[in-house]
Amino acid sequence: MLGRFLDRIKDGLARTRSVVAGQIAAVVPSSGQLDEEILEEIEEILIQADVGLETSVDMLDTLRERIRDGERLTGPDAVMQVLKEQVAAAVALDDNGLPIEDELPARPYVILVVGVNGVGKTTTIGKLAKRYADAGRQVLLAACDTFRAAAIPQLEIWSQRAGVDIIKPQAGADPASVAYDALAAARARHVDVLLVDTAGRLHNKANLMEELGKIRRSLAKQQPDAPHEVLLVLDATTGQNTLSQARHFNQVAPLTGLVLTKLDGTAKGGIAIALRQELGIPVKLIGVGEGVDDLQPFDAQVFAEAMFSR
Amino acid sequence: MFERLSERFDAVFRKLRGQARLTEANIDESLREIRRSLLEADVNFKVARAFIQRVKEQAVGRTVMQSLTPGQQIIKIVHDELVVLLGGDHSPLTLASVPPTVVMLVGLQGCGKTTIAAKLARHFKMQNRPPLLVAGDLYRPAAVDQLRTLGDEIQVPVFSLPAGSDPVEVCQQGVEEGRRTNRSVVILDTAGRLSIDTAMMEELERIRQTTHPHEILFVADSMLGQDAVETARRFHDDLAFTGVILTKMDGDARGGAALSIRHITGKPIKFVGTGEKVQDLEAFHPDRMASRILGMGDILSLVEKAEQAIEHQKAQEMEERLRKEAFTFEDFKEQLQALKTMGPLDQLMSMVPGAGKALKGVQLEEGAFRHVEAIINSMTQQERLQPHILNGSRRRRIARGSGTSIQEVNRLVKQFHMMQRMVKQMSRGRPGKGKMRLPMPGM
Repeated sequence: MLGRFLDRIKDGLARTRSVVAGQIAAVVPSSGQLDEEILEEIEEILIQADVGLETSVDMLDTLRERIRDGERLTGPDAVMQVLKEQVAAAVALDDNGLPIEDELPARPYVILVVGVNGVGKTTTIGKLAKRYADAGRQVLLAACDTFRAAAIPQLEIWSQRAGVDIIKPQAGADPASVAYDALAAARARHVDVLLVDTAGRLHNKANLMEELGKIRRSLAKQQPDAPHEVLLVLDATTGQNTLSQARHFNQVAPLTGLVLTKLDGTAKGGIAIALRQELGIPVKLIGVGEGVDDLQPFDAQVFAEAMFSR
Repeated sequence: MFERLSERFDAVFRKLRGQARLTEANIDESLREIRRSLLEADVNFKVARAFIQRVKEQAVGRTVMQSLTPGQQIIKIVHDELVVLLGGDHSPLTLASVPPTVVMLVGLQGCGKTTIAAKLARHFKMQNRPPLLVAGDLYRPAAVDQLRTLGDEIQVPVFSLPAGSDPVEVCQQGVEEGRRTNRSVVILDTAGRLSIDTAMMEELERIRQTTHPHEILFVADSMLGQDAVETARRFHDDLAFTGVILTKMDGDARGGAALSIRHITGKPIKFVGTGEKVQDLEAFHPDRMASRILGMGDILSLVEKAEQAIEHQKAQEMEERLRKEAFTFEDFKEQLQALKTMGPLDQLMSMVPGAGKALKGVQLEEGAFRHVEAIINSMTQQERLQPHILNGSRRRRIARGSGTSIQEVNRLVKQFHMMQRMVKQMSRGRPGKGKMRLPMPGM
């Protein structure tokens, strides 16, 4: 089980791996010390994996320091070992994963899912619903994306696939009141998990962000400790803007975790490091494919390992 | 959008201002800064490297022109090179000599293809070219529903086949349907897919072979990261797309990927999506975008939008009056009304040079307009045309009549006078204050 899971993530990250590991192997000579030119090339390789300029510079500074302190870093493997340690250390915060099979800390356990347009919120909810249903939980979906055309039917199809109930409003209904009613229904029906889908919104649109704040408050009004999780869904193909998204959403609805989707596409994933370092918010789930099973818990160690292994 | 990139450039150029000469050292420093900003803006590092090299060659070889400061000289070179990188002149869509023109949309999941399909359909409809939308995404749940809803909204027919049909079949029959019903344009929406998914890429190739599209447009999210280049290259290798549409430009992404995609594929960026509503589609103008990157705003886009909203005749009259410096409350109100039909205010303001920075963090309330309008409506015709007669008693009457306070009326009158002064300056063709005077293409 664990082996298969590792393989899946490694497959998903394969492109990142081949870019990072392959290129580092190509620029670092197998003997001799690293000169400044090589270090700059390593920096560019990290930038290319969306690690970001600042984080890349930090990682390179550590490398330089260790060389100055007399450490002999010879050959690509030694260099990658240092980078790997840094990545693992950077992303390894106390990792409270999403409770799925474990005991739920509250009932109904309310999960609010937010993000910009087109990152895969509804798909993530569909897959999560399936996982909770498979774990024997009673799940209710709240379709609070009342804005985008056919967003409600899209979630409805997922609810049928997962075999769970859905609260669906009229298109154009006020999302905060839909959320409020959905939580009331979840409590009345004694469901275990309430998954709240929201409309995609660009984080720099104040009125839409205010609407999101209202959704969150309306949940809290119904049940003071809700929402128990606020998950920000991020598209792994997005570049440095990811940080801006996380910062803005965190202000309006304090985030408990991140979901990194579309990690199976092409080279990326580096942004996870900057996300953890700058914001301290853990990546809880990653999407490595379109299948229901391709939504997986994030493992920092595996991530660091996969990023630099050959 | 590109705002933060402009901020970075601002910082670089501020360092250069006031220096008499360009020295080797300060060129290097500013170029390093520019490279940093490009990388932080998600410009692919290879593209950034090439760009810096070009700018360096230009800068070192050239003597500083008499009329420019060294800083201005560098800005000019960077600007010119950015225009080159972004792709020269605006390139319109190719239309078939014998209709229907077939336009095929391709791209990754979630980049905004379906929304763009509807926006393009509306664009063609406004040009009196009746379009047909074809729902070629049979994978994503409710994608067909989404296109239908959008089609209803803009009153454009949507062709689809039952779930489980072959997308190639759908597109082929869609084009035939377009021909049979005398449509000018057939727009094929396709499912989002990864460039490394060979089976799905082959499906696109088969659609291409059976429908012979006149335009294949690669729809790309303006927030894409470093690997945008790789994705675009694969799509381009497989399909030889003819152009690019950038979406979600109303976000705050620095949009470096756009520069990279253009550089790597050589294909023009034809349109940009600037909002969630069907009318939020604009032509892409590289020169304007370059100006925007450099913090010069996007005066031309603003002018074009205004022209759409105000009829041409009225615009001319307005210009005439502006030139005579007789700007009255009547004009003010007319402008407000035109402004309201133009779209969200913050979006408009981001196109005004300098406004991006000045108004950062300031929330523009659409509701504030209502008060302004109410105040102007409560003025007599004479007061509107001769604002100087607005004495205390008149202002009190206006405040009562409009349900506002006298302070609000005072504030509006003050703002109006400020605007009048600005209009005077503009009509004399004098730039505000700063020393920066740059060649504005087309102005």
